[in-house]
Amino acid sequence: MKIHEHQGKEILRQYDVAVPRGGVAFSVDEAAKIARGLGSWPVVVKAQIHAGGRGKGGGVKLAKSEAEVRDVAGKILGMNLVTHQTGPQGKKVQRLLVEEGIDIARELYAGIVLDRAVSKNTFMVSTEGGMEIEKVAAETPEKIVKAAIDPLTGFQPFQARKLAFALGLTGDAFKSGVKFLTALYKAYEAIDGSLAEINPLVVTKDGKVMALDAKINFDDNALFRHKDLVEMRDLTEEEPAEVEASKYDLNYIKLDGKVGCMVNGAGLAMATMDIIKLHGGEPANFLDVGGAASAETVENGFRIILQDPNVKAVLINIFGGIVRCDRVAGGVIEAIQKVKANLPVVVRLEGTNADIAAKMLEESPLKFIIAKDLADAAKKAVAAV
Amino acid sequence: MAILVNSDTRLVVQGITGGEGTFHTKQAIEYGTKVVAGVTPGKGGRKWEDKVPVFNTVEQAVSEAGANTSIIFVPPPFAADAILEAIDAGIAVIVTITEGIPVKDLIIVKEALNRSGTHMVGGNCPGVITPGQAKVGIMPGFIHQPGHCGVISRSGTLTYEAVKQLSDRGIGQSTCIGIGGDAINGSTFVDCLKLFNEDPDTNAVVLIGEIGGTAEEAAADYIKTNFKKPVVAFIAGRTAPPGRRMGHAGAIIAGGKGTAAEKIAALKEAGIQVSESPADIGATLESVLKVA
Repeated sequence: MKIHEHQGKEILRQYDVAVPRGGVAFSVDEAAKIARGLGSWPVVVKAQIHAGGRGKGGGVKLAKSEAEVRDVAGKILGMNLVTHQTGPQGKKVQRLLVEEGIDIARELYAGIVLDRAVSKNTFMVSTEGGMEIEKVAAETPEKIVKAAIDPLTGFQPFQARKLAFALGLTGDAFKSGVKFLTALYKAYEAIDGSLAEINPLVVTKDGKVMALDAKINFDDNALFRHKDLVEMRDLTEEEPAEVEASKYDLNYIKLDGKVGCMVNGAGLAMATMDIIKLHGGEPANFLDVGGAASAETVENGFRIILQDPNVKAVLINIFGGIVRCDRVAGGVIEAIQKVKANLPVVVRLEGTNADIAAKMLEESPLKFIIAKDLADAAKKAVAAV
Repeated sequence: MAILVNSDTRLVVQGITGGEGTFHTKQAIEYGTKVVAGVTPGKGGRKWEDKVPVFNTVEQAVSEAGANTSIIFVPPPFAADAILEAIDAGIAVIVTITEGIPVKDLIIVKEALNRSGTHMVGGNCPGVITPGQAKVGIMPGFIHQPGHCGVISRSGTLTYEAVKQLSDRGIGQSTCIGIGGDAINGSTFVDCLKLFNEDPDTNAVVLIGEIGGTAEEAAADYIKTNFKKPVVAFIAGRTAPPGRRMGHAGAIIAGGKGTAAEKIAALKEAGIQVSESPADIGATLESVLKVA
């Protein structure tokens, strides 16, 4: 799960990670009020959307007076912000972060993420702040210094010192940096983070280390123990069809092609998308209906796929396994009658009672296109578009 | 022989009294797996379905029923604890079916596994089957055939697809392992390859990977220098967009890393035949076996 920058900073503040003073505004008046309350000028007005590159897209502005705050807040609120992460359609800005301007001496980078190769969290820092870390990793990997965190001992002071030294921090900034990194790791652990990225991490002219930006993601599997964090989810930042699918425990991701896909199992769902492409088509979505494909999940899946006007044909690929295919077929027939789908539907069912299932589909009043195997299904679906 | 599970497997089911546990325990017994115990804390002393003794602890399942292998159906908030209990009880092989275990818990589990002699497969996996001997998982038994091809996969239903393609061609399997779709797996591809390398019953391996992480690249490295048997691979997710989690917690292209293209290149570099289509996995192995 992703959250906004202002929410990330509020969480960090709770764990004593230094962040600029500021607050969230949903209107021009609120923005002006927060700016006044900060008591110093300039302030920074930042568009809050779930995407990076906001500064370049015109979503971050400096303001030196309340009049200027009102002016830039009015322009940014409601604007359609296009960045390299939003896609060409952009995202509408619905909230702002208004915070104190910081006198920056240096821009650095700090990030915590799981290193899957060793199954440990890894703390990474770099002197190349403000740049995309992927680019730094590819071009100048020596400029990234890492510390793997032993799950038994946790993040140790010597590791915080090593990272702070690697960032070239000295004197007060060194002390402030060690404190910052230690607090950041503590926050990451406490909230079951899957990513904590501070870019840039800044050293102020008076020697303080703080997070100028904050990107915090959570481990979805751990949300059951963080009810307070779940409330931070901003559904308006997500694809509506994906939000609806998640209500039914379906895993849906919208893509740009014409062949809608409904598959049980994530690996098979990806493989089905791949084989559609191999046969010259483009998948319209990823949809995993889960291990047991019931009439209800098939119906909900269908409704979600058909919300996409680009879909010209649907491919249902169910490897039933222990689940009986005749039951799945019954569910498919029922679902399509309910949804009143009026486009070609290619069905491939495999597993227990697959033959009975094929017969049921053939004899139903609906015109299913029956496929005998995976390749046949892909060919028929692509041809049906 | 085969690996991990066989006719000597004595299975304890952790979470036997739950819906999923009950359903799949019946299927496993029907397949011929020796299910010797169940564990549900607080329900010890009963008999599950009048057949299998239920214990309060895994330790009792080991000492009183001789369990050496565990399958875990415990819900995510309690799954790590169940795994740690099985490790502590000296269980040799743990198969964790549970989907949705927090990463923070899995990091601890992985550390405990590293310091023990226990092999774990999963979580979020279909399990392990040695056809004709033991089914420790939720896969459909009937699609498998005893034979000499090992199968290792991060997926569930895609594994069934591949296995069916093998069986349809008369290629039986020594052992099929679903290592799971999470970001941290008890056993990696390399862990399983090491076992297959030493297994006289296995003479070829099908490896099914997907986007995310670098486990396939590590497997390619290992195969190139150490693996003595032919390997055929398929990588799912060539059409997956970056930054989106494709169902599995582990299937995500993050920071430009973990793409299918990189994995396929690494595997080919190691001399492994990579099937272009998920429909050709069986045919690709067949052609490799003919040459070998």
